[in-house]
Amino acid sequence: MKKVQFSRPLFPYLLLIPQLSIIAVFFYWPAAEAIRSSFFLEDPFGFGSTFVGLDNYRDAVTSSEYVNVATFTVWFTALVAFLSLSLSLLLAIKADAVLKGAKTYRVLLMWVYAIAPPVAGLMGILLFDQSLGPFTHLMALFGHDFKLGVNYYDTTTAIVIVSVWKQIPINFIFFLAGLQSIPRSVREAALIDNPSGISRFFTVTLPLLAPTAFFLLIINITYALFDTFGIFDIMFKGEPGNNPTTLVYKVFLDGFRGNDLGGSSAQSVILMILVLGLTVVQFRMMERRVHYT
Amino acid sequence: MNTAKLTTTVAAIALMAGAAYAETEITLWHAMGGQLGETVNKIAEDFNASQDDYKLTPVYKGNYEETLTAGIAAFRGGEQPDIIQVFDAGAATIISAKGAVVPAQDLLIDNGVAFDANDYIAGVRNFYADTEGKMIGMPFNSSTPIMYYNEDALAKAGVTPPKTWEEFQSVTAPALKEAGYTPMSQSHLPWIFTENFFSRHNIQFATNDNGYAEGETKILINNDGIKAHFSAVKDWIDGGMFGYYGSGWSDNQKPFEQKEVAMWLGSSGSFGGLTATVDFPFSATYLPYWESVNPEPTNTFIGGAALFAMSGKSAEENKATAEFFKFLSSAEVQYFWHKETGYVPITNAAYEMAKEDGYYERSPAAEVGIQQLNLPGGDWTKGYRMGFYVQIRDVMSREYGKIMSGETTVEKAFETIESDANKLLARFAKTQG
Repeated sequence: MKKVQFSRPLFPYLLLIPQLSIIAVFFYWPAAEAIRSSFFLEDPFGFGSTFVGLDNYRDAVTSSEYVNVATFTVWFTALVAFLSLSLSLLLAIKADAVLKGAKTYRVLLMWVYAIAPPVAGLMGILLFDQSLGPFTHLMALFGHDFKLGVNYYDTTTAIVIVSVWKQIPINFIFFLAGLQSIPRSVREAALIDNPSGISRFFTVTLPLLAPTAFFLLIINITYALFDTFGIFDIMFKGEPGNNPTTLVYKVFLDGFRGNDLGGSSAQSVILMILVLGLTVVQFRMMERRVHYT
Repeated sequence: MNTAKLTTTVAAIALMAGAAYAETEITLWHAMGGQLGETVNKIAEDFNASQDDYKLTPVYKGNYEETLTAGIAAFRGGEQPDIIQVFDAGAATIISAKGAVVPAQDLLIDNGVAFDANDYIAGVRNFYADTEGKMIGMPFNSSTPIMYYNEDALAKAGVTPPKTWEEFQSVTAPALKEAGYTPMSQSHLPWIFTENFFSRHNIQFATNDNGYAEGETKILINNDGIKAHFSAVKDWIDGGMFGYYGSGWSDNQKPFEQKEVAMWLGSSGSFGGLTATVDFPFSATYLPYWESVNPEPTNTFIGGAALFAMSGKSAEENKATAEFFKFLSSAEVQYFWHKETGYVPITNAAYEMAKEDGYYERSPAAEVGIQQLNLPGGDWTKGYRMGFYVQIRDVMSREYGKIMSGETTVEKAFETIESDANKLLARFAKTQG
């Protein structure tokens, strides 16, 4: 391969400046500011502030509420990632097998993706409303008094359903593309060797889908951790009450609703470290078991 | 030469024209949505039409919490509005920030507007004042929790609105339940069943003179009276004598409007909205009290919000703000605001005007809020001042929600509120360092 060399050594750095400055202004600067303010307790208007060292971190981690929220976040993330991945995989396999009208069928499955999270939350409110929601009526038929915003588990159920529903289309698109990229010859060979559909899926199809699934797992975890914010915000109608909350939403509540900048910054730094750790673990540990070719 | 002359002339004319039409523009950030927002716009239009020197632009910034946060962010960026509406729970945040606002009293006096604190209704005057009683915020939409009732429902059940919780428990609620109604709901547990519980029964809410004095404050919420109240409410819910529909305001108001719930504890400021939406005769009366806790109940204090003049503005803009405050607190504007929304008038003159006009003979329910504010007071009935109070309220909402759904006991919930709130108060004290 021919090596391309710039005649002036500084020129490539010049070309990098726009990109680097965007990263610096929009990512590193705010991150550095968050780390700085996590060591202070500051008056919201910026008049007084006290250096408190690691107090904000200690207060956050030792509060029983923070532990509750963290536990909920783990369960919520696992549940949303598992459900949206497995349901969309099922749909993708079924859609892949459809011969007539395949395109229409696929488009119908995909277009939910175009819905913004707050809109999804709004639909959730209508669907699960205490007096008017069709889902609430359905549950009443089974003898369960479904109370969104009153019963912790009912609210969790509603938010999980909306979050999973919202995430299925993008998983579906990727799984379908992944399935279609499995060579026909491999499938035919497998069909001759093993007539059992389920066993064929787990020994042949799934391993070949592993790169896609791995990529989607990361996407789904970050989705459940961060992007579900809009759904939570709309479904709570501005009053958190005793509703379940994720760590990201708590950062927002403490910082932007409660005006506790120090505490909120400390929590966001903890989240930053968590995400950093998660990324390292996933790429280091799991990449070994995933075959990309 | 000619061109230069022409330019100068044009510039001079432009300058003169500018001077002639120079209006000082000021902005007001508020949290009044829907019908309330339209009324605010109407007041702004009237103010602009009443003179040629100043122009006020009201901007809706979302709910109370969002408006305060937007104001803080803008202040830190040097882009603050001239006037910001801050609600009761956010009062400590903005008043403690020394230098964020120009005290309303100073602003008025410095700009030659006559000011006498005694013109304002007592319950209204104290809440947004500092330790010495100087008025920092200009009370705007002042409300207090009152009890609305569906007259048809009560007639059907053959009862009158309960004066005490004992009466509600033994007479009113069972009869209403028998008549097919959920007897009661309420829309704001921290405000109605906590802050105003302490005020109505004249019980101390926090150390340091309910938080008004300097120094670190501790909340005194772990009180037997209020714990007994919440145990009773939980029993009523379990027995079908009370409806709890979550922490959202309108979720609890809706069943009353839909005639499922017979009585609703809400804001006196809900009067205007209710009049427009419901199709049954309704009225209102005082918030019930526990005779066993205090046989001589006292007044409740105001909720709602006040207007604060933000600092860092030019003398002309401050003058404009002072003029607007003067306009706003005039008896005519206050009476208009009171009639349109149900918020209480903030001055005695406006209250007198409403009385003389016979307004309360036509709609007696509109007077309940102000009468309740004017009930005999006590040592602990002028309000409270606590930092990070928005978060403290959220802690209350969370724990109360858990009591209602049976996830925790009353005893445990109040212990948690006490310890979490005191941690927040200690943290707030440090932000002031």
